[in-house]
Amino acid sequence: MKRDTRITWINRLLLPLLNILTAFAVTAIVFWLIDVNPIEAAEVLLYGAFGYEEGIGYTIYYTTNFIFTGLAVAVAFHAGLFNIGGEGQAYVGGLGAGLAILFLDPTLGAWVFIPASIIGALLFGGLWALIPAYLQAYRGSHIVITTIMFNFLAASLMVYVMVHVLRETGQMTPQSELFPTNAWMPFVHDVAAGLGYSIEASPLNLSVLLALVCAVLVWFFLWQTRWGYAIRATGKNGTAAVYGGIKPKRIIIVVMCISGALAGLVSVNELVGYQHRLIMDFHLGYGFGGIAVALMGRNHPLGIIVAALLFGTLYQGGAELAFEMSGISRDIVVVMQGLVILFCGALEYMYRPWLIRNLAPVKQQEAPAGVTA
Amino acid sequence: MTMTDNFAIELTDIDKRFGAVHANNKVCLQVKRGNIHGIVGENGAGKSTLMSILYGFYQADAGQIDVLGQAYTFTDSHQAIAAGIGMVHQHFMLVENFTVLENVILGSEGGALLAHGLAAARKELTRLGDEYGLKVDLDATIDTLSVGLQQRVEILKALYKGAKILILDEPTGVLTPQETEELFRIFGALKQQGVTIMLITHKLREIMSITDQVSVMRAGQMVAHRDTQATSREELAELMVGRKVLLQVNKKPGNGRAPLLKVKRLSVSDSQGIERLKDVSFELRAGEVLGVAGVSGNGQTELLEALSGIVPMTSGAIEVLGFKMDAKHPLTPDRLRELGLAHVPEDRHRMGLITDFSASESALLGYHTDPKINSGIWLSNRKVEANCQALMQSFDVRPADPHLKSANFSGGNQQKLILAREMERNPEVLLIGQPTRGVDIGAIEFIHQRIIDMRDAGKAVLLVSVELDEIMSVSDRIIVLCDGEISGRIDAADADERTLGMMMANALDPIDPLQTMDDQHASSQQASSQETQA
Repeated sequence: MKRDTRITWINRLLLPLLNILTAFAVTAIVFWLIDVNPIEAAEVLLYGAFGYEEGIGYTIYYTTNFIFTGLAVAVAFHAGLFNIGGEGQAYVGGLGAGLAILFLDPTLGAWVFIPASIIGALLFGGLWALIPAYLQAYRGSHIVITTIMFNFLAASLMVYVMVHVLRETGQMTPQSELFPTNAWMPFVHDVAAGLGYSIEASPLNLSVLLALVCAVLVWFFLWQTRWGYAIRATGKNGTAAVYGGIKPKRIIIVVMCISGALAGLVSVNELVGYQHRLIMDFHLGYGFGGIAVALMGRNHPLGIIVAALLFGTLYQGGAELAFEMSGISRDIVVVMQGLVILFCGALEYMYRPWLIRNLAPVKQQEAPAGVTA
Repeated sequence: MTMTDNFAIELTDIDKRFGAVHANNKVCLQVKRGNIHGIVGENGAGKSTLMSILYGFYQADAGQIDVLGQAYTFTDSHQAIAAGIGMVHQHFMLVENFTVLENVILGSEGGALLAHGLAAARKELTRLGDEYGLKVDLDATIDTLSVGLQQRVEILKALYKGAKILILDEPTGVLTPQETEELFRIFGALKQQGVTIMLITHKLREIMSITDQVSVMRAGQMVAHRDTQATSREELAELMVGRKVLLQVNKKPGNGRAPLLKVKRLSVSDSQGIERLKDVSFELRAGEVLGVAGVSGNGQTELLEALSGIVPMTSGAIEVLGFKMDAKHPLTPDRLRELGLAHVPEDRHRMGLITDFSASESALLGYHTDPKINSGIWLSNRKVEANCQALMQSFDVRPADPHLKSANFSGGNQQKLILAREMERNPEVLLIGQPTRGVDIGAIEFIHQRIIDMRDAGKAVLLVSVELDEIMSVSDRIIVLCDGEISGRIDAADADERTLGMMMANALDPIDPLQTMDDQHASSQQASSQETQA
C-alpha cells in the first residue's frame, strides 16, 4: 500500500476507532468507580440498543436526527463556517413543518402533506440560518457568535408562538393540536405490516430514508458539482477562491441556507414522524450532538452516518441503562457523550504521530515536501 | 597551532537523512577564517539543511563539526551561538513595535529590571556600530526602519551575542541594488575585523562580486569548491544544475502592437485606507513583455490584484481588451478570465493553488465552471483528471500524477502547474507575478522561454518580478514601482542594474522633462506618450 493511502486509512478508520475505544475504556473506569460492573453495563446498553426490535427502532430513530444535524454541520464546515446553530435551526424548522400542516386543508392526502411539511422544515430552517449568514457575509459578525445567539432567539420565539398562537384550545400544555393522520410520516412498522412483515412498534418512521437520501445528495453536491468545488475551495483557501473568481459572500449565504435547511429536517423525523403535533423542546441536544457527529465522521456523509449510529446507540442504550440499573441516572449518557466528544474531538490526533511512525514510516522518494528545502 | 586553526568552520562527512531522503550526503566544507564564503545550489540541494545543522536546528546523523578549531555537537541553537555562530535569516526575527535596542537584548535582558541591561547594551552597540560601520538609531522602532536597516539590526543582534561567524540566508532578496551595495560594504568592514561570513544565495552575480570562495551543492552533495576568482557564473550554474544552462534568454526583439490593456491613473488603497498604488498609468501592447520592477512591497501585489479584479480600485480606469472597468463598475475575476485575461499570482501557496486539494482540483481553480468539464450539474471527475493530465504533459510537471496533493509537489512543479493552467487557455493578456520565485534554475529557463513564446504569439504579458536579471532579460519595456508610484520607465535595451536601482529607490527624477518632450514628439508614431503624460 502506498504511504498516502495508509495515512488516509489511518485518518479515516483507525484513528476514530482508537479514539472511540479510548472513550469507552475511560467510561468503563467511571462505571467501575461508581461501583457498576462495566461489562454488565455494556451488555445492558448494547441489548437496549440492538437486542430487540423496538430498541433497534428507537436507535435508528435517534440516528436519523443525528444524520440531519451532522450533515448540517459538515456542509457549513466545508466552506470554513462553524454552524453551531443547529439547535435553533431544527427548532424553527419544526415551526415551518407544523405551520405547513396546520394551515393546509385536513382532508388533503399524504402526498400533499408530507412534501409540504418537508418543504416547510427546509424553508424555515434555512431562513433561520440566512440571517446569521447575511450578518457574516455583509456585516462581518462572526458566525459562531450569531448562530449560538440565534439558538436562544429560536427558543424564545417558539415559547411565544407555542403559548400564544398555536396552543390547542382548552389545553394548558403549550402544544399544537394533533396533525391530521394524513399528515403523518408513515411508521416503518406500519409499512412493514403492509408488506406482510410483522415487527414491533417503534417511533422509527420513513424519515430515516430521507436522511439517507440527504447524505447521498450532500456527497454529490460537495464532490461532484462545480458549486461543491467552489464551497470546498472557499473553505480550504479563501484567498485562492477569490482569485479563482468565486464569490465568498454568495458561498456563505448559500451554504448556511443549506446547512440550516438540513438541521430543520430534524423536525420531520420528530414531529411529522412521531409526535404528530408541534411540541416544545423536541430538538434538544441534537443540534449540538451534530457537531460531534460531523467531527467524528470527518465531515464526510458516510462517516456521519456511522457516527450518527454511534450516537443513536448511546442515546437509546443509555436510556435503557438508566432504566435497568440502579445507581445510574440518565445523565450517564451525557458523561459518555462527553467522553466520546473529548477523545474524538478535542484529542482527535492524540494517537496520530504514533500511528504514522509505526504504520506509515517515510519511505524512499516519499519524504514530506519541504524538509530538504 | 594545528592546521584546523586556519578554518573558522570545518564540516567533515556531514550526513543527514529525512526518512529515506538523503538531504546531506557526506558533506565536507572548509571555511577559512576572515573570508567571505558563498554557498550556492538549487532548491532542495541541501544548503538550508546544512546550515540548520551548523546552527543547531537539526542534528547530523553522522559527521563532525569544528568551529574555530574546536569540535562541537550542537543540540540547539544556543550552543551554536555560544560557539560564536550568528545567523541572519531570510525573514527577519524582529519585534516590529520594539525599538532597535529592545530587539537586540531580547533573550539576554540580564535580570528582571531592564534599565541596567539596556544601558549596557547601548554602550556595547555603540562600540560595535563604530567598529563595523553599522550605524543605526538605537531608539527607533523597527517598523519605522527600511528593510535594509532592519537587516542591519539583525546583523548587530548576532554580533552583540558574540558572533565571530555570520551565516546569511539569501540576504539580498528584499534589498534594492543600492542597499545591497551598502550591505556588501558592511561585509567588507566585518571581514577587515576578522569576522567570517557565509553567504547562501542563488544570485550568482553576487557570489562573483563579493565572495572569496564558493562551494556548490547539488542533490545533497558538495560537488565543487572554487576560488571565486578562478570560476565564472556559467561554470557555477552548470555545476549547480549538472548540465549546461542558458543564462541569457534567447529572444528576438519585441514587436509591440495594439494596446490590449490600458491603465489610467489607477489608485488602490488597502483595507486600512492606506494608498498602496498612486496614479499609475501605462499601456500593455500585444506582442510585448512589460516588466514591472521594484523592491518587494512597493505596490506590485496591489497592481496585479487590481488588474485581475481581486481588490477594488479607489480611482482610475482600466481597459482590458476593449472592456472598461473603474471603481464604480468593477469587473470580477471570473468575468476578466472569460474576457481573456489570465493571472499567475505572486504567491502560489496563498493564492495560486489550494495546497490541500489534489493537483487535478488545483488545476481547475478559476475554470471550474467551464462547460467543457461540466456535464450539466455534474463536474466530471474523468474530465477534471484528463484536463490536469494534459496540462502536466505540456509543461512537464513531475510527478505527472493528478491525484497527488498539490502541497506535495516541489515549488518549481507547483509553479509549472499554475503556469500551465493559465497559459494553456491561450489568454490574450497574461499577468505574471514572480514566475521563478523558489524555482530551480533548470525550470527558470523553461518558464522564461514559455513567456517569450506567448509574446511571440502576439499576446501581451505583464511581468512583475523582484529579480532584476529576470526583468532585464525577459522584458521589452520596463516600468519601475516605488512606494506605489511609477518612478521610472525605460526600454529593456537601455536598462542596466544601476539605472533600475536608482529608479527603484526613486533617486531619479521620475519624470525627466526632456524625456517627456521626446516622448511627446514620438507620440505620432508610438503610443507610449499617454503613459508619461499621466
